[in-house]
Amino acid sequence: MPEAGTLASLIARSARSEGVVSTRDYVLPLDEVARGSPFGEQRSAFAGHSVVLSVRDMAKAAAALIDLDGTARRILLCPPGWEAAKLAPAAELIGADALAFDEEDPQTALAVEVRHPVRLPLRAGAAASPTLETEWVLPTSGTIGPPKLAVHTLRTLMGAIAPAPLQQWATFYDIRRYGGLQILLRALAGRGSLRLSGVDEEIESFLARCGASGVTHVSGTPTHWRMALFSGAASRIDPEYVRLSGEIADDALLARLAAAYPRAQIEHAYASTEAGVAFEVGDGRAGFPSAWLGGEGPIALKIVEGSLRVRTPRRALRLLGADAPALVDEDDFLDTGDLIETRDGRCHFIGRRGGIINVGGAKVHPEEVEAVLNALGPVRASRVFARSNPITGAIVVAEIVLNDPVARHETLAREILAAAQQRLAPHMAPAQIRFVAELPMTAAGKLRRDR
Amino acid sequence: MSIRDIIIEEFIAVAAQQDVTLPPLNDDFELMNAGLDSLFFAILVSRLEDATGNDPFATATAAEFPRTFGELVAFYERVDA
Repeated sequence: MPEAGTLASLIARSARSEGVVSTRDYVLPLDEVARGSPFGEQRSAFAGHSVVLSVRDMAKAAAALIDLDGTARRILLCPPGWEAAKLAPAAELIGADALAFDEEDPQTALAVEVRHPVRLPLRAGAAASPTLETEWVLPTSGTIGPPKLAVHTLRTLMGAIAPAPLQQWATFYDIRRYGGLQILLRALAGRGSLRLSGVDEEIESFLARCGASGVTHVSGTPTHWRMALFSGAASRIDPEYVRLSGEIADDALLARLAAAYPRAQIEHAYASTEAGVAFEVGDGRAGFPSAWLGGEGPIALKIVEGSLRVRTPRRALRLLGADAPALVDEDDFLDTGDLIETRDGRCHFIGRRGGIINVGGAKVHPEEVEAVLNALGPVRASRVFARSNPITGAIVVAEIVLNDPVARHETLAREILAAAQQRLAPHMAPAQIRFVAELPMTAAGKLRRDR
Repeated sequence: MSIRDIIIEEFIAVAAQQDVTLPPLNDDFELMNAGLDSLFFAILVSRLEDATGNDPFATATAAEFPRTFGELVAFYERVDA
């Protein structure tokens, strides 16, 4: 048995009899996982294999993960909607020789001999005894180019999860992403349930289900939360704990969440697929105290050339691929590529290295401009990006979703521009504003920055 | 609306946005001698691209760049023709 145990043993230790992982369409009762399998009689067929897990519904995915952990050599967690062009090279990288698939989406292009559908409800089947420390392979959330795969184990994934009293979780994330997987594990370790959105479910319907089932702990990206706040359905839930991760949490959003959920503890976590969960900030302010830099504990932070580096036992073990870059430097620090600006004893995230906009030689971090725009009253959410320009190389363009979609656009555009110009250097203020109905998001729930 | 009218309209709009005062928009107005900065022109050119569907600056050589308001109008009229 691996030192950290398996997911099934974690559940056996901690789950209460009424705990479930549920989506709109499926329910996985946690007290049944010891007796049943989503693969039924084929349960032991995956033992020792490198398995591509490709299903649409997240309750099915959770059932398969629980079943395979400790017996499969590797599990590739395919995000939903991964087309064959992405799946095939990733499958090759993990040396896939087995497929756990969805009957609604059978992935026939993948040529492996061992292939079984994931089905709910669970059916009886003889369990293979756990003998392996299974490698959990997660695609990083970068959206451009071939997938980059990070290798974790249950031990690295559980590093940030402390024993906790009963927690009823919900997350806007997909559990095939690091941020969502953390919440699955927290729910399983916290003796509670996890509510997940169904395939293509609207945010309002999801929040209504969460409210009806009495969730206490809710997680999502800042973009998820902005959309929730302004969907009009945020009041459907009354959480004790609100968690943000995956993107920069700005002061305006933290204040809006505190106002919406006065009894909730609000935390923003710094985490990535590669680095794992590095730290959590719970003082209601954006960024983190600069006093956290340095330190010789198990988690150490430092800034090199403006970018945050993290040394942590929760990081991925390695990246997969023949030409995959080394994950850490010679001192075991991982370069996150997240840029930090320190002011008044506080480290602020100002964007990603490489995501910057260059306006006539002056650099603009889109996230910084978005934070200013998002703090303005009429603005629900914004996305700032470069428009190439023959004069200055680029200009700053903002797409804005208004709180009041029928507001008079011309007047508002002038007011928003004027307010932005007051708060930002001239080259940073949006040169153009477009009002849009919604902002493009990646499958990982972050703002799209690649178009 | 003529190309000239579009350009006048966009000049006025960018001047309002950037809070600058424009000289009279005569043909002999020298573009670079009115205290208008690169950002002003950058925004103007992007707006003109939206309004006319053309960005002659993207393809023209530096030697072809207009120096006066009259040349600017002709610059856009040429690609529009």
